[in-house]
Amino acid sequence: MTDLFDCRVAFAKTLVELASADERVVVVASDSIGSSNLKEFSNQFPDRLINVGIAEQNLVGVAAGLASGGCVPFACAPAPFLTGRALEQIKVDVAYSRHNVKLVGMSSGLAYGALGPTHHSIEDFAWTRVLPNLVVIAPADPIETSQAVKLAAEHDGPVFLRLSRMAVPAVHTPDYRLRFGEAALLRAGEDITLIANGVLVSRALDAAELLAAEGISARVLNMATVSPIDAAAIEAAARETGRIVTIEEHQVNGGMGSAVAEVVVRTHPVPMRILGVPGIFAPTGSAQWLLKRFGLDADGIRDAALELVRENAT
Amino acid sequence: MTDALDKRSAIGLDGGERLSDDQLRRIAANIRMRDVRMIRTAGAGHIGGDLSMTDILTVLYFSFLRVDPARPDWSERDRFILSKGHAAGALYTTLAAAGFIDDAELDTFMRPESRLNGHPSLRLVPGVEANTGPLGHGLPIAVGMALAARLRQSLARTVVLAGDGELQEGSNWEAAMAAAHFELDNLTLFIDRNGLQQGAATEKTMALDPLPEKWRAFRWGVVEVDGHDIPSLRRVLAQLPVEAGKPTCIIAHTHKGQGVSFMRDKVEWHHRVPTAEEAAVALQELEASAR
Repeated sequence: MTDLFDCRVAFAKTLVELASADERVVVVASDSIGSSNLKEFSNQFPDRLINVGIAEQNLVGVAAGLASGGCVPFACAPAPFLTGRALEQIKVDVAYSRHNVKLVGMSSGLAYGALGPTHHSIEDFAWTRVLPNLVVIAPADPIETSQAVKLAAEHDGPVFLRLSRMAVPAVHTPDYRLRFGEAALLRAGEDITLIANGVLVSRALDAAELLAAEGISARVLNMATVSPIDAAAIEAAARETGRIVTIEEHQVNGGMGSAVAEVVVRTHPVPMRILGVPGIFAPTGSAQWLLKRFGLDADGIRDAALELVRENAT
Repeated sequence: MTDALDKRSAIGLDGGERLSDDQLRRIAANIRMRDVRMIRTAGAGHIGGDLSMTDILTVLYFSFLRVDPARPDWSERDRFILSKGHAAGALYTTLAAAGFIDDAELDTFMRPESRLNGHPSLRLVPGVEANTGPLGHGLPIAVGMALAARLRQSLARTVVLAGDGELQEGSNWEAAMAAAHFELDNLTLFIDRNGLQQGAATEKTMALDPLPEKWRAFRWGVVEVDGHDIPSLRRVLAQLPVEAGKPTCIIAHTHKGQGVSFMRDKVEWHHRVPTAEEAAVALQELEASAR
């Protein structure tokens, strides 16, 4: 049995390490100390944890003001409320102002499961990736989460970290080095490329294994950074494998798959499938059930890839 | 800390010598005249709200804020945030008068590629501290700046100027709660209480009264002042914070279009551009008040 990890643990641990080394690092939270796993930070740095209560617009504005005053704020809130409620603050106070704010959307995607569409954050890539100056990144496992937090702190500018609460296996080795805007090649392949990010990377890897059993060689890319997108890796995938399936915990419209398609159409057009939530509000069900329902588990990804290969036989 | 204090006493746009109330009055009249001419040149602007807050801006920049046009990014500077970003015209003309930008640049207001956007941009214009335009953004940012100053044990003060109409935005009240909760007595909010918003009186559109009681209920220190009376404005600012351990809300009673008789308290002058004849009359009146 593969070990599964909650990436919030890696997030919180890395944040405490960063804060120990750099007194400019502060946290702004929206009554989300528990769900953001910030207890330890709060114990160690009580003055540097600013809890603004249930007030996302103020959360983002306060973070912008803190950044203006020389702090490196990590503004943490559940992803649906952070990006939905405070989108104008994210646009104006953070992205347009180019303030050194690290927005951390917790429990993104379908993680809240049966709590329903109010709590799903499957629009956030679309909302954030169109904003200039804002790096948008969805790490796949604890190693990448930890790297993303460190890189966000080092980067002088706005970052949106999209984190999940769903347990995931490790997909990266400890020597992995994340770079913003660079996809990670996790598996070589020639017949098709599977491009995933976040909690779905491990499922894409499982799907590649299933496809190998069918005699199909699938390349797997972890497209952790949605903006700026790695156009070179996408163009190479299009040229070298001729087919692309994107897999994301997001609406199919406007998300990572759309970003990939934008590159494909202007570089090397090839047939694509964009897997995600197909333009509906999700029915009631656990996160795992919803992933299966929308074909975002290993079987669903395999089926979509097989279909694409059969329809576009060379 | 001592070093910071010494530096601050050496700064100040009045060069350490206090300008007289009468000098400030004349500076304000000149800023108003420049604003009218700038808006005429641009063919756009928000003249009514510019004129209602000009006296406040003048007192802030010429007798209160510790800022240095030679070092607009000086870390110990006081921060001023214009939350009613549509009144950028008055901010630009004040920043020009204070030496942050050249007076000639004001003629580029809202022209293609000008730094002087219709709403202020901190990455373009020295002295601008926040990107505003959509309403209700200034106070939350100011709360963050005041918190940052406290964290780095700086004596820098944060002043934000909001329009009265924009208090209808809920984000202000989130920030109002936070400022009181964090006991930010290094934070001051001016409300430009001219009673008019874009289309009608605030009280007809969405009533704000009783305004002082609202801010007191949110645990702010509250003081009301005639927003065109320079000595009164200076007196209030000299007493900050009005209550220890609380942020201060200064409700400045003002008149939209102040200084030009035919614009004063007229809702249509929210963003009307004066004709050449109207501008000439306006400048004549302002010229007379500058003497």
